[in-house]
Amino acid sequence: MRAPGGSDVAVGDVLLSVEDVSLSFGGVNAVSDVSFNIRKGEIRAIIGPNGAGKTSMLNVINGFYQPQQGRITFKGETRSKMRPYEAAHGGIARTFQNVALFRGMTSLDNIMAGRSLKMNKGIFWQLLRYGPAMAEEVEHRARVEEIIDFLKIQEIRRTPVGRLPYGLQKRVELGRALAMEPELLLLDEPMAGMNMEEKEDMSRFVLDVNDHYGTTIALIEHDMGVVMDLSDRVVVLDHGIKIADGTPDEVKNNQAVIDAYLGVAH
Amino acid sequence: MAPNAAASADTFPKLLIRNAQLYGTRPAMRHKDLGVWQTWTWAQVLEIVRAYAVGLNRLGLKRGETIAIVGGNRPKLYWSVMAAQMLGAVPVPVYADAVADELAFVLAHAETRFAAVEDQEQVDKIISVKERLPKLEVMVYDERRGLRDYDHSHLRPMDDVIAEGRKALADPKVAAWLDAEIAAGKGSDPSIILYTSGTTGTSKGVVMSGERSIAAASDTAKFDKLTEKDVALAYLPLAWVGDHYLNYAQSLVVGFCMACPESTDTAMADLREIGPTFFFAPPRTLEQLLTRVMIRMEDAGFLKRKMFHYFIGVARKYGERILNGQSVPLTGRLLYWLGELLVYGPLKNVLGFSRVRVALTAGEAIGPELFAFYRSIGLNLKQFYGQTEAFLFLTAQPDGAIYSDTVGPACPHVDLRISENGEVQFKSPGMFTGYFKDEAKTADVMTPDGYVKTGDAGFFDEKTGHLKIIDRAKDVGRLNDGTLFPPKYIENKLKFFPNIREAVAYGDKRDYVAVMINIDLTAVGSWAERNNVIYGSYQELAGHPLVYDMIEKHVAEMNRSLAADKKLTGAQIKRFLILHKELDADDGEITRTQKVRRGFVAERYAPLIKALYDGSKEADISTEVTFEDGRKGVIKARVKIRDMKTEPAPLEKAA
Repeated sequence: MRAPGGSDVAVGDVLLSVEDVSLSFGGVNAVSDVSFNIRKGEIRAIIGPNGAGKTSMLNVINGFYQPQQGRITFKGETRSKMRPYEAAHGGIARTFQNVALFRGMTSLDNIMAGRSLKMNKGIFWQLLRYGPAMAEEVEHRARVEEIIDFLKIQEIRRTPVGRLPYGLQKRVELGRALAMEPELLLLDEPMAGMNMEEKEDMSRFVLDVNDHYGTTIALIEHDMGVVMDLSDRVVVLDHGIKIADGTPDEVKNNQAVIDAYLGVAH
Repeated sequence: MAPNAAASADTFPKLLIRNAQLYGTRPAMRHKDLGVWQTWTWAQVLEIVRAYAVGLNRLGLKRGETIAIVGGNRPKLYWSVMAAQMLGAVPVPVYADAVADELAFVLAHAETRFAAVEDQEQVDKIISVKERLPKLEVMVYDERRGLRDYDHSHLRPMDDVIAEGRKALADPKVAAWLDAEIAAGKGSDPSIILYTSGTTGTSKGVVMSGERSIAAASDTAKFDKLTEKDVALAYLPLAWVGDHYLNYAQSLVVGFCMACPESTDTAMADLREIGPTFFFAPPRTLEQLLTRVMIRMEDAGFLKRKMFHYFIGVARKYGERILNGQSVPLTGRLLYWLGELLVYGPLKNVLGFSRVRVALTAGEAIGPELFAFYRSIGLNLKQFYGQTEAFLFLTAQPDGAIYSDTVGPACPHVDLRISENGEVQFKSPGMFTGYFKDEAKTADVMTPDGYVKTGDAGFFDEKTGHLKIIDRAKDVGRLNDGTLFPPKYIENKLKFFPNIREAVAYGDKRDYVAVMINIDLTAVGSWAERNNVIYGSYQELAGHPLVYDMIEKHVAEMNRSLAADKKLTGAQIKRFLILHKELDADDGEITRTQKVRRGFVAERYAPLIKALYDGSKEADISTEVTFEDGRKGVIKARVKIRDMKTEPAPLEKAA
């Protein structure tokens, strides 16, 4: 049986570390001097009150934002900033806080889009359709079908994403990220706006992804119950500053965290 | 099919061997997996089931023992049934969506040491009640996902069990032993225990024997002229007698192919891909399909909509007569032919009915309009009547003599009679052998001369000789003034309105009839969209004054039709309310086969019942609900009640 809370995958070496990262927009410091690391195989949560810099941090990790300061080390390679294509080629996939799918395309096509980095045949072959490009597509489709089965979304395979309820759109988005076969999966509020049942389903999928594919996961989440149940380690940000880092239990009892969430009398 | 080939085989494993010999290369089973249909021939199925049986035996499963089968329609679960029967063990299928409590009851009552389950969800469910199942030793599972880290001392993947069996079977001694085991199986041995869904409370285990099951299935297969070339979609709950009969038993008897859908949610899409020739759907499913078609037609372009309605009109006029082989004017035939080309054909194709030769429906009364609709577009839809204790079939409508309000004459070899108090009683080839571990209840339903009481009130129609079922015998009540009150009759008639999904009628030993109504979210939701009615939840929509107005019109129409019937004019509906939540099997309000538990609902919503009869205009109610994972929550609501005018009795009575 699964031990309550966290991943069972053997947690290994550091996969990604950020050191002294700072990011500001004009005069606003989104992230200041934050350092933490993500180990191979773990589920790492980034939490904090609204505007704490969580999404900014995620955007720095996958190269969406370029930090003014600091270093990012991913799979042993240190950079001052990550670029989105480096992140994608290096095996970082993500989902977004507001679902970012092609709304007019079917779930299947959206997930297939996640495979595009892995398709090697040039435009000539793709236009021809038959021959090697076809063989390649069949192979990728097989992988996508596995993901569809994994996420139990067979019934919406052919449904345009725009017609799906929000919870399912989130699931399709997770599917697209998985189609990249990432080593590190970044989830930006995977359960936001979901009801209890959808949250439980999603939690199970997150654990299953970690368990089945051995994927390292970093997630941002507001629901404390979910965070405590899922994650191995939690880093807490407040106003762009790291105020705590540790296991869910350690973090839960940390006075700085309690103050940040409940507010303190000044 | 060789005539009476089935007669020589008196158990399902023997039939499997016969099919592998007769139809070795024909498809026996299909399953859509990872988006692709996989096929197994009869020869392949036999090989797998033999290996599986040996594997199960190595784990300790022996003749006479029971094994629970829990999950959806997946080939491996059907093979679990076959493999168990091969060993002389008795499979006990359980509804896949049964909550842990129901599951625990069945497994404990059937004293299963073994369980064959679909996936992690079912494993978790069984583990959550394992204190109540001291006898349970081994679980085998189909889907590995998520189970890797579980303690495997009592848990085995089915694939491994089959592989081990296959290895062992290489030894000719083991193969000979298995042959002997199959030969040792007797037709009179219990072949399966089907737990009834328990409309009336806790479920009872209905024991079937192999020879009786096969005899019954052979009769109806012949009646509907099924052959090994037919295809059926196995999408009904595995634990329901209907699936075991229509799909499992008939497939083994005639050797047709059974296709398992990709998942429960994709069944209707898979239906289209498979194009079955033999199809069963409960009235509720047919109704949902039709509602969906109608809603989509509302959104279609002007021309298409016009064309659809015009040709549906043509079909209504001529369709059924053409299907029944009656005379139709030439213009009618031509128009119908054009309609088939433009509307009915494409429509049947979209629904997956293009190849259907025999379509059956049963389980509850079907609306005459609904029934006529499907028949008019050329689908040979027929009703039958039966119950678990009879191994399903008692009556069935024969081609060419079909009336929507009767369920047909008795099936071949079925002996039907109506007792003095109006109850239907039967003796049939597929009759059950008894309730498992419950002599008293078995004796209760048997008459001294060997007939089984169905508990249904009915009579034979004078003109046609076909059976008509009115209601459950014990449910037919009387109002305080002595008026006859058949609740089911009223509920069914109300449910024929697309906007009403469920209705519960009360009136027995009361002054008047009052009804609780569930709206149909699909139909009413679409109506709301078209009429700019804004709502945030089911509860809000259900309580909307305009929705009340709409339902009031339906109830008024219902009252008019009741008034027209001399016996029932006093049973008109005086008050009604719309429930704030859908009746749900998880809360025990309806059974797994979607029948309302009237008594339970009355208890649960006691404040509403009280309000219906004390004249108040609204009532507060808070109900506990069970979520799918077993957690509980509370829903609170204030429900409004409407008074209805009743129609005057028919004129001749007044005069």
